[in-house]
This record gives sequence, C-alpha cells and structure tokens, in this order.
Amino acid sequence: MTLLNAALQGVFLGAFYAVLACGLSIMFGVMRIINLAHGDIAVLGAYVVFVIVEHAGVSAFIAFAAALPVMVVLGYVLQITLLERSLKAGILTPLLATFGLSIVIQNLLQLAFSPDVQSLGGSAGALTTSSWQLAGGLSVSALGLVVLVVAVLVFGALQLFLARTRIGWMMRATAEDADAAELVGINSRSVYAWATAMAVAIAALGGFFLAIRSVFDPVSGPTQLIFAFEAVVIGGMGSLWGTLLGGIALGVAQTLGAQVHPQFAVMAGHLLFLVVLIVRFGGGRAVLRAAR
Amino acid sequence: MKVARWTRTSKLFTGGTAGVAVALACIPLVFESDVVQKLTTLMILVLLAAMWNALAGYGGLLSVGQQAFIGIGAYGTVFFADQGVTPYVAMILATLLAGAISLPISLFALRLRAAQFAIGMWVIAEVMSIIVRLDQNLGAGTGISLIQMNQYEPNFRQAYTFWLALAFTAIFLVALFLLLRSPLGASLQAIRDDEDAARSLGVRVAARKRLLFVLAGFGCGAAGVLIVANTLFIEPGSVFSVQWSAYMIFMVLVGGLGTFEGPIIGAILLFAIQTTFTQGGPWYLVGLGATAALFALALPRGLWGTVEERLGLRLLPVGYRVVEAKGEERAA
Repeated sequence: MTLLNAALQGVFLGAFYAVLACGLSIMFGVMRIINLAHGDIAVLGAYVVFVIVEHAGVSAFIAFAAALPVMVVLGYVLQITLLERSLKAGILTPLLATFGLSIVIQNLLQLAFSPDVQSLGGSAGALTTSSWQLAGGLSVSALGLVVLVVAVLVFGALQLFLARTRIGWMMRATAEDADAAELVGINSRSVYAWATAMAVAIAALGGFFLAIRSVFDPVSGPTQLIFAFEAVVIGGMGSLWGTLLGGIALGVAQTLGAQVHPQFAVMAGHLLFLVVLIVRFGGGRAVLRAAR
Repeated sequence: MKVARWTRTSKLFTGGTAGVAVALACIPLVFESDVVQKLTTLMILVLLAAMWNALAGYGGLLSVGQQAFIGIGAYGTVFFADQGVTPYVAMILATLLAGAISLPISLFALRLRAAQFAIGMWVIAEVMSIIVRLDQNLGAGTGISLIQMNQYEPNFRQAYTFWLALAFTAIFLVALFLLLRSPLGASLQAIRDDEDAARSLGVRVAARKRLLFVLAGFGCGAAGVLIVANTLFIEPGSVFSVQWSAYMIFMVLVGGLGTFEGPIIGAILLFAIQTTFTQGGPWYLVGLGATAALFALALPRGLWGTVEERLGLRLLPVGYRVVEAKGEERAA
C-alpha cells in the first residue's frame, strides 16, 4: 500500500513538473527551440511573487496574480530582444544565448537576494498544511490536489486556445510552416512573441508552485530545467498532452525511486528519461550490438 | 594560381609555438610554486576549451555535460590511487578510463540532436554525480582528498603536475591539429560548414562525430585528472558542476568557435579575468554569461574568427588557401 501511496504522491509531484514543462513544450512546439533559461525564469517568477508578498503583505495567491502581467511582458520582451535574433542565426545559437541568459539570471538573483533558501509556504495559508487520509493508507494533500487540478486546467485551456481562437490558429499555422504562414498574412514575429510570453507566464506558475510546495534559491533553476525537459521528452517532444503525461511519469518514477533509497529519487527520473531517449532514437540497437 | 597551406607568418608562428612549449617547460625551474599552480590552471582551461571547440566547432555537438568526463578523470584518479597505484600512473589510467567510457556513451548520445544532445549529456553528468554521492569510498557528497600526493615534496609535486598538464595540453592540441589537417580533418571542416551538404557528398558524418566525441572524452578526462592533481581535493558538487560547461562555452565563443587558435585565446582571456577578479562572485559570472550570449548573437565567429576573416591571417593553419599568381592572397 505504501507503494500505491508513493505512486499517488508521484502523480501530484508530476503535475507540478508538467506545469514547469508546459512553457518549454510550447516554445519547442512553435519555434523548435529549447530555452535553457526556462528553469531560471520559473525561479525568477517565484522571486517576483516573493517580493510582492514581502512588500505588500498580501497572500501568495494575490501576489501571484499581480506578478503574472509582469512575467507576460518579460516574456514578450525576451522574445523580441534576444530570442528573435538567435532564431535567425542557426540551430545552436538559441541554446548558447539562453545558456548565457541562464547564468545571468542566476547571478543577478544572487545579487538582488541572498543565496539563502526561501519559501512561500507560510504565506499560502492553510492550503499547504491540510491533507486527508483515505482508506488503504492513501493520503491526499490539499496542495497536491490543487496543483493537479490547475495543471489539468492549464493544459485544457491551452488546448481550447489552440483549437478555438484566432491567435491559436495562427500559432499552429506558424508552428507548421512559418514561411507559409507569412504568405497568408500572419505576422510570425508577433506570434512568436506571444508564444514566449505565454511560456514565461506558465513558467512563473511553475515557479510559484515550487515556492509554495518546497523551497527555492537563486540557483534552483537548472534543476527545474532538467526536470521540465525530462517531462517534455518522456511525453514526446512537440505533444502538449504528452507533456502532462510525461511530467506525471517523471513524478511517479521519482517517488517510486525514493522508496528504494531516498537518494535514488532523482536518479530514477534521470534513468527513465535516458531509457525513453534510447528507445525513441533507436540508440538501443546500437548499444545492444556493441554489447554483443 | 595554386593552393597553399602555409604562409610565412604561419610557419614562423607554428615554429614559435614549439619554442613557447619548451619555454613553458622550464617555468617550474624558475618560478615559485604558486605561479606554477596558476599556470597549471591555465593549461586546464586551454585543454577544456580546445576539447569543447572540437565538439561544437567541428562536430556541431553542443554539450553542456562535458563535466561528466571531468568527473570521471578526477574521481578515477582517486579511485586508482586508492587501489595502491602510484598517483601519476593513476592519472594516466583515469584519463584512459574517461576516454573508454566516452565510447559507449557516444553510441547513444550521438543519436540525439541539438537540445536533446545538450541536455542529455547534462543528465548523464548528473547521473554520474549521483553515483559518486552514493559511494562512501569516494567520499560521497562531502568530497575526498588525493592523500597519496603527500608523498611528494610540495615544490616537486607542483612541478610534476605542471609538466603533466603541459604534456596533456600539448598532446591533445597536436592531436587535434594533425587530425584537422589530415584528409579526415577536411571532412570535419565540411561538417562544420554544412552537415547536410557534407553528408550528401559521402562524408561519414556519424563516424567523424564519434571520433570527436571520444577525443573530447579523453581530453576532458585529462582535464579532470589535472584538476584533482592541482587542487588535491574534489567534491561532486564542484567537479560535476555545470559551471565547467559555462566556462568552456565562454572561452570558445569569445575566442572563436570552429577556429583552432580561438579557444586558446579564449582560455587566456578567461584566465586573465579569473586572476584579476580573484573574488569571483556573482557580478563576474553575470559578465561571463552576458558576454557569451552577446558573442553568440553578435559576433558568432568570436574574436579570432573575426580577426582571421578581416586580415586573412592564419597562425596555426588547418585549412588551405588559394594563392593568386601575383602573390595576392585570399582565404580559402
């Protein structure tokens, strides 16, 4: 039964990873780039909420609502200043530029705040402490449930947005073929900028969840990026619902791994990721051939 | 019109490089051990930059996980020394181990493209870091000292380590230089310029990339060996840190991606910055990250690549150039 409970906790954890991964998945889907600063942007979002809570003394949820427009603007500006240029310069340049950005964000956060760990758990009210015990040793925390519901809502809303709205259609058309989309009058620059703005806003939601469910510090970003990327790959790159499932698979792998040994949790997630990569890209056969 | 590789400048300079190597070898005889230790650090940076450039500049393989091999080199040295092997022999064995491990990793990693490769390598480095953290014999998370080095008198130890660093750097740079100048090297430079075009002309892209990957595995392993020999203490948090990748990217981007001389210049530049801002600290890293991003966007050929382009200068020639009949030169 503890195993079953561990798997259930993994689903809650995985929903958090899916939210973290969602923006990464959007940007890859629309622009075919991976933003290596994605994790740091999520952590930056957590710090923006943290600052608002500290100065305005409001609850973490109200502070997040206030932080959201800031992050949308930030994403838009990031696209038109940095990413747009890097997109034109070949396949490796976006990786190099965003890796540089990642180091810049981490160290600016170090300068603005201390390297100490912070948490927003205290300012999120009773949500972080209440939980229910179900039959069979299963336990459901209020926070875990909220994250899961929000994750499903985010992915559902995104699906509706892409399927039903005009800008959603434009985004899909640009993702399919940016040049052809330009021919029918779509401004791909603006579509890309909105995609990044959305991605950054959802990354901030991931950072907010990180901050209320555990702790964060200026260098938390790279770990969040790795988990987010693992979720995207496990679910299949370019598939939105796949990212939700990939996140949950990663979360379950980690909590089950922790049952073996506490330090094995992250390792189990990494191994699942590597196995998926091997299976998907056919490296498995080469490895087997070499072993024979 | 004829095709030439050497110019008078490049002949003089390549000859001069050999002279510099000999002069460097004499340094431990003249200078204090703290100078020797600093120059060992410089050698490590040159080696790392050259290896990262071999991967990214010629193979189009952007790795943020080369610290995996740095870690194997460093921890391999401690492991072999603990088995009773003489420390400097343990260092050679650990370098070979890093190269050997890079081969099976390449079978899988080279299937990945762009971001998948970059982050896939990073995850491999993380996995190795976790394995070390789980192993009490390797000091787990708290780190371990290479105590076997105590058998040498400090000044001698510093000199031996410096000579090893010089030898490793020379071997790997010469190997890369010869590799790039061989017929194989022509195909590597073709891959650098246009991978698809090279493939359509019959270049065996996958095999060439594997060669570079394994070379970089050896080279980064050697750098890890030198790190533990130079500092005598390692911990998984620093030796497997992604910061190494940040340094490598900075050196190569600023110096000149895909040029032979560029990474060496980038390494000297980073070394100068590190010795000036000894405090390190966040501002220094903000500067490094911002500079790397700026170079990637605005000056993708780096300092050396730009100089080369403007002046048609070749110091360590790995390509060819067309020499006009009148003696006017044009870069090939």
